[in-house]
Amino acid sequence: MASRETEREAILEAVDRIAARIESEKQHLADLDSAIGDADHGANLDRGFQAVVEKIEQKDDAETQELVKTAGMALISKVGGASGPLYGGSCMHASQELEDGITAETTVAFAEAYLEKLRDRGGAEVGDKTMVDALTPAVHTYKKSIEVDELPPLEALAKAVDAAERGVEFTVPLKAAKGRASYLGWRSVGHQDPGATSTLLILEELLATAQVYLDGNVDVTAASPTIPDEDVENQGE
Amino acid sequence: MIGVLVVSHSRKAAEGIGDIAREMGGDARIEAVGGDPDGGIGTSVDDIRDALSRLADGTDGVVVLADLGSAVMNAEIAVEAADEDVECVVVDAPILEGALNAAVAASSPNASLETVERAAAEAAEHATGT
Repeated sequence: MASRETEREAILEAVDRIAARIESEKQHLADLDSAIGDADHGANLDRGFQAVVEKIEQKDDAETQELVKTAGMALISKVGGASGPLYGGSCMHASQELEDGITAETTVAFAEAYLEKLRDRGGAEVGDKTMVDALTPAVHTYKKSIEVDELPPLEALAKAVDAAERGVEFTVPLKAAKGRASYLGWRSVGHQDPGATSTLLILEELLATAQVYLDGNVDVTAASPTIPDEDVENQGE
Repeated sequence: MIGVLVVSHSRKAAEGIGDIAREMGGDARIEAVGGDPDGGIGTSVDDIRDALSRLADGTDGVVVLADLGSAVMNAEIAVEAADEDVECVVVDAPILEGALNAAVAASSPNASLETVERAAAEAAEHATGT
């Protein structure tokens, strides 16, 4: 990607989109979580991403790496549940890979570092019915698409989102082995995992942002970091 | 002196466990925090960090007991971000029994971070009666 200013605009747009999407799907996430958890996943993430938007907007002179680190810190401070240390801690850790800004190579390194920290902190593996089930295939697909298949980043990200979507579906028949849902044992079977679902929502908004900045049809200097209200209202339908 | 920090999803539970530990722990420095940033069920990393820095003032280390998954993870994050001047450790132990054992061990004049941490960890045996 190009200038620091363009990267900042893209990050602002991404966090605006993610915050709006999480807000509009807050009830959906709460419903998923009430089936197998404590029903607070939507509210926690909403509080966290509102804080992310606020903190990032204040940082008008920061490098990309610093912005992403700030986002992670805001999530850690404000979420209040397991997704704070998992999303926020992983984001902070992986931000180290963005020293040279946002490129195909640094985003692969970011994704891998993020996944590694997530698995390390939460102790979950694929099949435990957690966000790892959505994120692992997404990260592997993204890396392979960039490094082996040499696809353009936008196409690689689209494939990663597809993989995450299948990962979310894969959580439905599983018996939870981590987190609050694991206390339910077999009763967790048949429910879609809320953490895997929110991971997919975030990846979808990253893809939507990448479509604005990477499709070559948009003058990136003219792109607005704020999405129009009608887009927000249409999401989640 | 070694401090003891109790971290629960519930502020009331944290305070209650802190009260029980204080009853047995005599002069031990015990703090208890709980609740998410809005005061609901959950944990706040900022609250945990504040409690750690209060305990760090005048102690040689802090042993942290936390209840469920996200409390443990948030406690770990707070410990990683804590002032490097004081050593903090999150113990894998049942929170009530661990806090009680840690408080008793911390009240000993010979207490060290290791003895208090070990006492807290050994509480798992009391919890299951084995």
